[in-house]
Amino acid sequence: MTPVPYRVADRRQESADTVTLTLAPAAHALPPFRPGQFAMLYAFGVGEAPLSVSGISGNLLHHTVRAVGKVSEALCRAEPGNWIGVRGPYGTAWPTPPAGDDVLVVAGGIGLAPLRPVIVESLARSGRLSVLVGYREPGEQLFPAELPLWRRRAQVLVTVDRPTPGWQGPVGLVTALLDTADCRTDRCTAFLCGPEPMMRATVGELLRRGVPAERIVLSLERNMHCGTGWCGHCQLGPLLLCRDGPVVDWARAGEPLSVSER
Amino acid sequence: MNAPAPLAEIDESGLAALFDALVRRGRTVVGPTVKDDAIVLAELGSAAELPHGWGVETEPGGYRLRPRTDRAAFAHSAGPQSWKTFLHPPRARLWQADRASDGTVTVREDDAPAPRYAFLGVRPCDLRAIAVQDRVLTAGAYRDPVYGRRRDGVFLIVVECTEPGGVCFCTSMGTGPGLPEGSAFDLALTETAGPGGLSYLIRAGSPEGSELLAELPARPTDGVRARAAVAGAAGRMGREVDASDLRALMAGTMTAERWNQVADRCLTCGNCTMVCPTCFCTTTEETTDLTGDHAERWRRWDSCFDLDFSHLHGVGPVRSSARSRYRQWLTHKLGTWYDQFGSSGCVGCGRCIAWCPVGIDITEEVTALRAESGAAGAR
Ligand SMILES: Cc1cc2nc3c(=O)[nH]c(=O)nc-3n(C[C@H](O)[C@H](O)[C@H](O)COP(=O)(O)OP(=O)(O)OC[C@H]3O[C@@H](n4cnc5c(N)ncnc54)[C@H](O)[C@@H]3O)c2cc1C
Ligand code: SF4
Ligand code: SF4
Ligand code: FES
Repeated sequence: MTPVPYRVADRRQESADTVTLTLAPAAHALPPFRPGQFAMLYAFGVGEAPLSVSGISGNLLHHTVRAVGKVSEALCRAEPGNWIGVRGPYGTAWPTPPAGDDVLVVAGGIGLAPLRPVIVESLARSGRLSVLVGYREPGEQLFPAELPLWRRRAQVLVTVDRPTPGWQGPVGLVTALLDTADCRTDRCTAFLCGPEPMMRATVGELLRRGVPAERIVLSLERNMHCGTGWCGHCQLGPLLLCRDGPVVDWARAGEPLSVSER
Repeated sequence: MNAPAPLAEIDESGLAALFDALVRRGRTVVGPTVKDDAIVLAELGSAAELPHGWGVETEPGGYRLRPRTDRAAFAHSAGPQSWKTFLHPPRARLWQADRASDGTVTVREDDAPAPRYAFLGVRPCDLRAIAVQDRVLTAGAYRDPVYGRRRDGVFLIVVECTEPGGVCFCTSMGTGPGLPEGSAFDLALTETAGPGGLSYLIRAGSPEGSELLAELPARPTDGVRARAAVAGAAGRMGREVDASDLRALMAGTMTAERWNQVADRCLTCGNCTMVCPTCFCTTTEETTDLTGDHAERWRRWDSCFDLDFSHLHGVGPVRSSARSRYRQWLTHKLGTWYDQFGSSGCVGCGRCIAWCPVGIDITEEVTALRAESGAAGAR
């Protein structure tokens, strides 16, 4: 279970602390990833971190990494041509929404990264697509290069906790955007990723509006050291999140996530 | 009707012959031996190193050796180690990586072959613990290569239990003291001490076991004395617990008051997880040499009682209170283990009770949680 050599093919700065890396296999590619799944990325001499795929094109992998500590900082410093070790694909994938369903994406900060492939795939579907994103500050906004393309086809609403001068969009919690979301709550699949309090609040609002628990899917985070079900760190009640997650619907995640410190 | 299969027994010299036969086959024999005031598991040079004449006394927070009046080698209950020390080592190197001057990194898995172990003196509870770890580490989508290499081809010699300890409750968990129906093993022994010396009822559970048994100086026996010794052990368990429907019981305890009481005593030292034969959690470490071009990835045992265990960036420890960490340990072991791996994670060996510095007793906690949930249900 050793990392497979990949090379950084492209590096794009998304915001002050976040970078999207495009990784190309140095020799042999790993088995194909599906949106929602994650890889263990290995920065030589520093360590590994679990990172969802933020895009897949052929055998190229895209990962959008926020620098928060040793490993993520090392990954964010990687330059084109640099060596990165990759293990995976691990975990569960985002489900395909039923034909004709609307798609609602609700993200908090870096939580938009694993949801990017959902957005890209939904752009090509028929039903409606609404994307709601909450950031702490306007400067944290991700994927600026792609936003205009998304906006041509989908509703994209962005809110921030702390506006900076010049910010003209909404201020406050992402849940406040739900009222204006362009989706039919009786025919919608909701995809969520972000801090747990934000996801809990959003789920509460969606359930209240009649979205069934099975149609609310979340990507969850726990400490992870192996990705393969051996290290025990990713426990969430009955779920081993590297195996039974990270993508879990609320019907399964609701009970364990309703217990504090679970 | 088939005639009952003839039973065989060997004496102490037969045990020595068994040991020598294992060594002749290139096996590294691991078994119990006395060291530092405890019966530990170690690589043995001969059958003479077995803890002949030693028993143990155990109680919550306590373990001591006690001389016996006979020469029995296996009349002792679980010590501070379990076979996981050998199958799932406390520290293991996963890989080494070297960076060349052009930045290319070569990763080499540590795949040196493991010793060909023979485990001599596996208790039925510990045999079940090995089966539990097998399921966790080898039966999922990914097979742990470190465990797998060591586990493959281990020769298992079970010794049924005739002298349970003060903290044992295998009878409640259905794992002992005799070998349960359907167990996988190579040889099984039952030791009895009599005026004529030690004798061992012996039977084979695998082709390799039968082959070895055929080489030993065995004689026929009716096995009555051995059977009686095991049956007697079942009635002398130090502890007992109602293990019915533990999964449902645990699922209903999330807000129990009892967790606060146990948290008042628990030091979150993690001893219970280190000595437990089924606890499998590990963390990883990255080391580099002075050149910075040679890196190694190691893994070592970790404990869900450690604050860093559930660390998340931006959140800190998900489980910061002692209450939540003890609850995680117990509800996983007895409850969500079923969801994740299809069985209980507890085999009733009692180690966590004896090596808890403050004497927290898993059977007492289960009983209290059951009483609390019963009282809540009746309300
Ligand atoms: C399934 C999954 C998908 C993720 N996807 C993304 C993504 O797309 N983009 C992104 O920016 N981040 C993602 N994360 C979070 C990312 O893995 C953490 O930010 C990263 O592990 C932090 O490591 P570090 O060494 O940089 O940070 P540090 O803060 O230095 O880490 C400190 C300690 O915390 C531990 N730690 C913190 N978080 C984790 C974790 N989740 N798993 C294991 N150990 C941890 C480290 O082992 C280390 O010991 C994801 C996490 C998970 C579980
Ligand atoms: S929880 Fe305690 S009694 Fe049960 S198997 Fe682990 S150490 Fe033994
Ligand atoms: S239960 Fe006992 S052994 Fe386990 S962490 Fe608490 S004090 Fe330590
Ligand atoms: S990340 Fe190791 S068990 Fe899930």
